[in-house]
Amino acid sequence: MAIDAANTTTASQRRTGYRFNLTGWISLIVILAWALIAILAPYVTPHGISDIVDTDYFGPMSLQFPLGTDYLGRDMLSRILFGARYTVGISLAATLIACSIGVTLGMAAAVTGGWFDTVLSRFIDALSSIPSKLFALVAVAGVGSSIPVLMLILGIIYTPGSYRFARALAVNVNTADFVTVARLRGEKLSYLIRAEILPNIIGPVLADVGLRFVFIVLLLSGLSFLGLGVQPPEADWGSLVRENIGGLPFGSPAVMAPSFAIASLTIAVNMLIDNLPQKIRDRSE
Amino acid sequence: MNLHLLSLLGGRLLVALLTLLIVSFVVFCATQILPGDVAEVLLGQAATPEAVAGLRAAMHLNDPAILRFFRWLGGMLTGDLGISYANNRPIAELVAGRLGNSLQLAAATALFSVPIALALGITSAMLRGSLYDRSVTMATITVISVPEFMIATAGVLIFAVWLKWLPALSFARDVHSFGEMLRIYAMPVFTLSFVISAQMIRMSRAAVVEALNTPYAEMAQLKGASRPRVVLRHALPNALGPIVNAVALSLSYLLGGVIIVETIFNYPGIAKLMVDAVATRDLPLIQSCAMIFCVVYLLLITTADVIAILSNPKLR
Amino acid sequence: MSPLVEIRDLKVEATTDAGRRVEIIKGVSFEIAPGEIVALIGESGSGKTTIALTLLGYTRAGCRIAGGSVSVDGRDMAALSEKERAKVRGVDVAYVPQSAAAAFNPAQRIMDQVIEITRIHQLMPRPAAEAKAVELFKALSLPAPESIGSRYPHQVSGGQLQRLSAAMALIGDPKVVIFDEPTTALDVTTQIEVLRAFKSVMRQSRMAGVYVSHDLAVVAQIADRIVVLKGGEIQEIGTTEQILSAPKHPYTRELLAAFSPVARVAAQAAATASPPPQPVLELDAVSAGYGRLQPNGKPLMLAVDAVSFKLERGRNLGVIGESGCGKSTLARTIAGILPPSSGHIRFDGRPMAPLARDRTPEELRKLQIVFQSADTALNPAQSIEDILGRPLAFYHGLRGPARDARIDRLLDLVHLPRALKHRLPGELSGGQKQRVNLARALAADPELVLCDEITSALDTVVAAAIIELLKELQRELGLSYLFISHDLTTVQAICDEVAVMYRGVKVEQLPADQVGKAGGHPYARLLMSSVPKLDPSWLDTLERDPELVAAFSKR
Repeated sequence: MAIDAANTTTASQRRTGYRFNLTGWISLIVILAWALIAILAPYVTPHGISDIVDTDYFGPMSLQFPLGTDYLGRDMLSRILFGARYTVGISLAATLIACSIGVTLGMAAAVTGGWFDTVLSRFIDALSSIPSKLFALVAVAGVGSSIPVLMLILGIIYTPGSYRFARALAVNVNTADFVTVARLRGEKLSYLIRAEILPNIIGPVLADVGLRFVFIVLLLSGLSFLGLGVQPPEADWGSLVRENIGGLPFGSPAVMAPSFAIASLTIAVNMLIDNLPQKIRDRSE
Repeated sequence: MNLHLLSLLGGRLLVALLTLLIVSFVVFCATQILPGDVAEVLLGQAATPEAVAGLRAAMHLNDPAILRFFRWLGGMLTGDLGISYANNRPIAELVAGRLGNSLQLAAATALFSVPIALALGITSAMLRGSLYDRSVTMATITVISVPEFMIATAGVLIFAVWLKWLPALSFARDVHSFGEMLRIYAMPVFTLSFVISAQMIRMSRAAVVEALNTPYAEMAQLKGASRPRVVLRHALPNALGPIVNAVALSLSYLLGGVIIVETIFNYPGIAKLMVDAVATRDLPLIQSCAMIFCVVYLLLITTADVIAILSNPKLR
Repeated sequence: MSPLVEIRDLKVEATTDAGRRVEIIKGVSFEIAPGEIVALIGESGSGKTTIALTLLGYTRAGCRIAGGSVSVDGRDMAALSEKERAKVRGVDVAYVPQSAAAAFNPAQRIMDQVIEITRIHQLMPRPAAEAKAVELFKALSLPAPESIGSRYPHQVSGGQLQRLSAAMALIGDPKVVIFDEPTTALDVTTQIEVLRAFKSVMRQSRMAGVYVSHDLAVVAQIADRIVVLKGGEIQEIGTTEQILSAPKHPYTRELLAAFSPVARVAAQAAATASPPPQPVLELDAVSAGYGRLQPNGKPLMLAVDAVSFKLERGRNLGVIGESGCGKSTLARTIAGILPPSSGHIRFDGRPMAPLARDRTPEELRKLQIVFQSADTALNPAQSIEDILGRPLAFYHGLRGPARDARIDRLLDLVHLPRALKHRLPGELSGGQKQRVNLARALAADPELVLCDEITSALDTVVAAAIIELLKELQRELGLSYLFISHDLTTVQAICDEVAVMYRGVKVEQLPADQVGKAGGHPYARLLMSSVPKLDPSWLDTLERDPELVAAFSKR
């Protein structure tokens, strides 16, 4: 109430704009850098990804090979830069699948209500009670793990979470009087979703998209690490850890470097979500 | 009032059973989508068409899918888990010992991590905004953001390779003493604890913070109650439901974590069995393992719900 | 005698979203003598609760005491450490919260919470504390004083909880008690009981008190002196008599004027001049409720029970009653949100479908509803222009310049500057939002506007202005209003006739000035007599028929 006092004084001078802190900036730069690398992969790798460039395997970090070499003597940096393509690309596609289906269905269920909502929600609840890694294992066993299939599987696995999140938000907005007013005006479902519900939940939904992207990156890496995700000769970051795990007893950089790549991406996304630009709503004086 | 409580609990149980039915259907479908014939896979390249046809009939593969689903479900319910494709042994036999191993690992992890995680979560909620709170939050975000195998490999690198305190990647020897057992369990339990604690800390912190933001917590403060009293007497009892839920949910992350950890440490548990089964496409074994995981998960979640219902004074 | 509480040049700062510090209490000074009750009165945002809380050395999150002193019994609360403040809280200064329902911990028994102060400060052994609590329960005329403490908060009513929270504050024999709008959330008939209990306990104990409220009439009953606040500054301090009878400051006069709005007379004249009245809305034995239909055709929870009335064109009908009487359900039924379980609704002489989605666009257009809280009634993500433009496009197919011109005219109608149309609802004040809310209904060119508690969330002065606007709009546009409220004064100010509802039944319908007069329905009389008056002796001289109270109070 006290803060309210400052805000209700007549607005004469309004300062608008956004506040974005340093952590947010750094996170954003890291994310953009990985996105750029994923797009430009073939042009930025110092060595060919399948060229055996070193006579030694599990070579240490050196000027020539900044991240050492892998179990066959290939340049690790090039392989990680190229791996960004698979990790970021597959995860992004899966995130888009999960969130576009989940959010649309979630809003529709919240606004429609009735048996449509009940049946759909019950089914989705059941789906989300299958642990994600397990779901992925079963699905990969059933349908294999080519890249389009991986995108689809990961997308389907994370649709229930997105649905539940969007529905919970939409149910909340749906009870607001302005939606009732629009309904009493005679508005149709598509208008209610587009104009009344979505604009009021878009912030949290976007944050959830980011979070889901992180989950998907982790699950994809986990699958590849088990040898059930991206298949050789193609290699994402998870596969890179798997193929070089033999270097662990020697403390080879080839084992930890891809893990750090994953961590840099996922931590950056999480940090960005926690430090999103904040709109300045300061109208006192 | 009590009748209402009973019906609520009965409802939860019914939902859990219905969920299990849907889950089993999904698991069955997912393993049956792929074209290609199990009988051909089993008999290999050299199989004659007659042999394939005979095996198909013997395995009831010609029946409609829905019939096979109910036959499979019936088998599950009566404890007949079927025969493994890979080595022709009954699945129940394969699973039995492995399940025990996994449960041991899970129990050790839970005993180790739940008290520590709750203590960290609740104290950081009490000291909200302090350096301690911010470091805990930062650490949990980091742990949540990295893959489990990274924690495991980093642990091996530090404790086994550099410090040489613990055995690295093998479980292939018999345990003779308590000390040896500790050393062998240390890495898997340590890794798993890291993974599930992060979630538990986050969620229990959020639950307590929410309870501290209520008018009744403010009222307690205005009565002159000390900070610990506000937390222990007023916030915690009301945060109990969400905290139990957080614990259950985090323990369910064990299932995911255990898949990676058993593989990386070569631990003879049920998750390792399942990963191997996926690699050999041993479908009956995969189905059984998946169902066991789902049952455990649902048990956890339903227990948490029941505790949350029972801890709500409005329903007492 | 030296003052018990002495506040000198108190300043409180709040931190805004942008991290800037804003002074919300701008140098306030007053004192309280032992045994004196001082009221802090003002609209929301005037800083009255913030000031009261500083007596406990407490500020809400984001705020801090930036200057001045708050001396309570010789100790400066602003200068004490948090640990020393905790020793004072509950013992020297106690707090009665605005919403007792939220301030009681749902997981603890009432007794444990009432005597918690004695446990924290180790004032007395537990049995003695419980005995004292029971004495307080009796003094506050709570039912079943011996056993009520063993219940959980959700098992007792709101009025009882409010009295229990007073017991919770008084258990430590404080020198000052702070009452933070303790009756605002209560119905008028319950409010009287609570006020009486507070007053008698305070009189017996000779404690000093700070009574925070926005309601002058309530304050008049209990306070010795009144401090009038606005925007974090004191406008006027005086004895209760002086403030009520001879206010000096213009703002105090404005507050008093808003309290007694001018009754509607114009419509009477208009009605006699017009041709024979024709009903715009007709309800015939309409029942509605929630839950499954029972075998007898009634819903499980019947909220509206066979209500009939006629509303003639150009006239206004008020519906009043206390919370839970079914008046809001009635509005929802007429609007087509909740279908009636039986009965018929006729609009413009034609029967109307029970559900809004089955009604014709013309019917939807002519019947508009305006909701109580403009905060939730306006989409926070749309500009005022879009909010007003949508019904224009939807009902009238207006586009481009024609639409813009109409939006400007609507804003003129509700006396809002045209420049406001580019703003979002969050950037408007409460009164401005309610005007936009009205303008949106007007955009449809309605014949009948359902007003559901539209002034209840507003400050007195702002509400009075909205009522004036409604009257003006009616004169210009020939509207009819169905005006739903719990506040009889507001309803009388705008309506020709008033229907009184009690437990879903319309107990009577009378011309506005006749309500509560002798000969009317006993419940209507009880309701009318419970509305606090500005006269300080009102509560003491008020005599209520105990049988009547017993028959109709909900407890």
